[in-house]
Amino acid sequence: MSVTSVDKDLDTLTLTLVAHFDAPAERVWDLWADPRKLERWWGPPTYPATVEKHELVPGGGVTYFMTGPEGDRHFGWWRITAVNPPRSLEFRDGFGDEDGNPSTELPVSTVRMQLVDEDGRTRMELRSVFDSREQLEQVLAMGMQEGLTLAVGQMDALLA
Amino acid sequence: MGCPGAGSAITYNRMVVDRGADEIVDRLFHALADPTRRDIVRRCADGELSVSRLAQAYPMSFAAVQKHVAVLERAGLVRKERRGREQLVRSDPYAIQRARQALDQLETAWLGRVDRMSGLLAEPEPDTKGHRP
Repeated sequence: MSVTSVDKDLDTLTLTLVAHFDAPAERVWDLWADPRKLERWWGPPTYPATVEKHELVPGGGVTYFMTGPEGDRHFGWWRITAVNPPRSLEFRDGFGDEDGNPSTELPVSTVRMQLVDEDGRTRMELRSVFDSREQLEQVLAMGMQEGLTLAVGQMDALLA
Repeated sequence: MGCPGAGSAITYNRMVVDRGADEIVDRLFHALADPTRRDIVRRCADGELSVSRLAQAYPMSFAAVQKHVAVLERAGLVRKERRGREQLVRSDPYAIQRARQALDQLETAWLGRVDRMSGLLAEPEPDTKGHRP
């Protein structure tokens, strides 16, 4: 397993993840900088990503869509705020529509990624911070409610 | 997306992790299945009780109450806040639950991504290597 540590801070809505890869920083950077490589790891296998626009420059952006099991498309975007190849990348990460307009329903987070050489390996530190608790709660309230409804439905079925 | 609102939240969950919701719901149901724990959630709504003060309210040991609080904490139904030398217990079911759920989803998403990144890095490098801008 490449992941060395994961830390979740509920107060600041921050996820910090550290991973080590047996590869030089340039190759790890390439996974972010090459759109064809990026789309091979960004989405889960059931929602593979297709990258449409990919400009890793400050003020630039990445747009992509993920294709679901029924051919449904879900659009996402990055806004690049800082880039320093092959060492660090910072961007805002969100979902939106076909034209890259940000979604008001889904949470936006700020991602900061850093690569450091360490004993012949590369250490990747990733920090992702959700923008606002309010937005998050709105989204997850809906998800949670649905989850509970499903669970209660399953219980009913078992008891019937 | 098919429909706005709940639909997009669910789709988001699936896109990001494609699993995990069951586990969260299981933890929540388990935590709330016990009358003492439900009572603790009710009593701690204003966050003014320490674990020891709370323990006085039940005919059980401090350790037993502490265990109940730990189960609720794992399910995201209460959190402990330090005030001076005391640890106060506050129930804030929805806020904590949602924040935790979001971070859990994000964690699962990134564990998957790192795993796939590792897989790609394990593939043999092509001979023609050029520097990209």
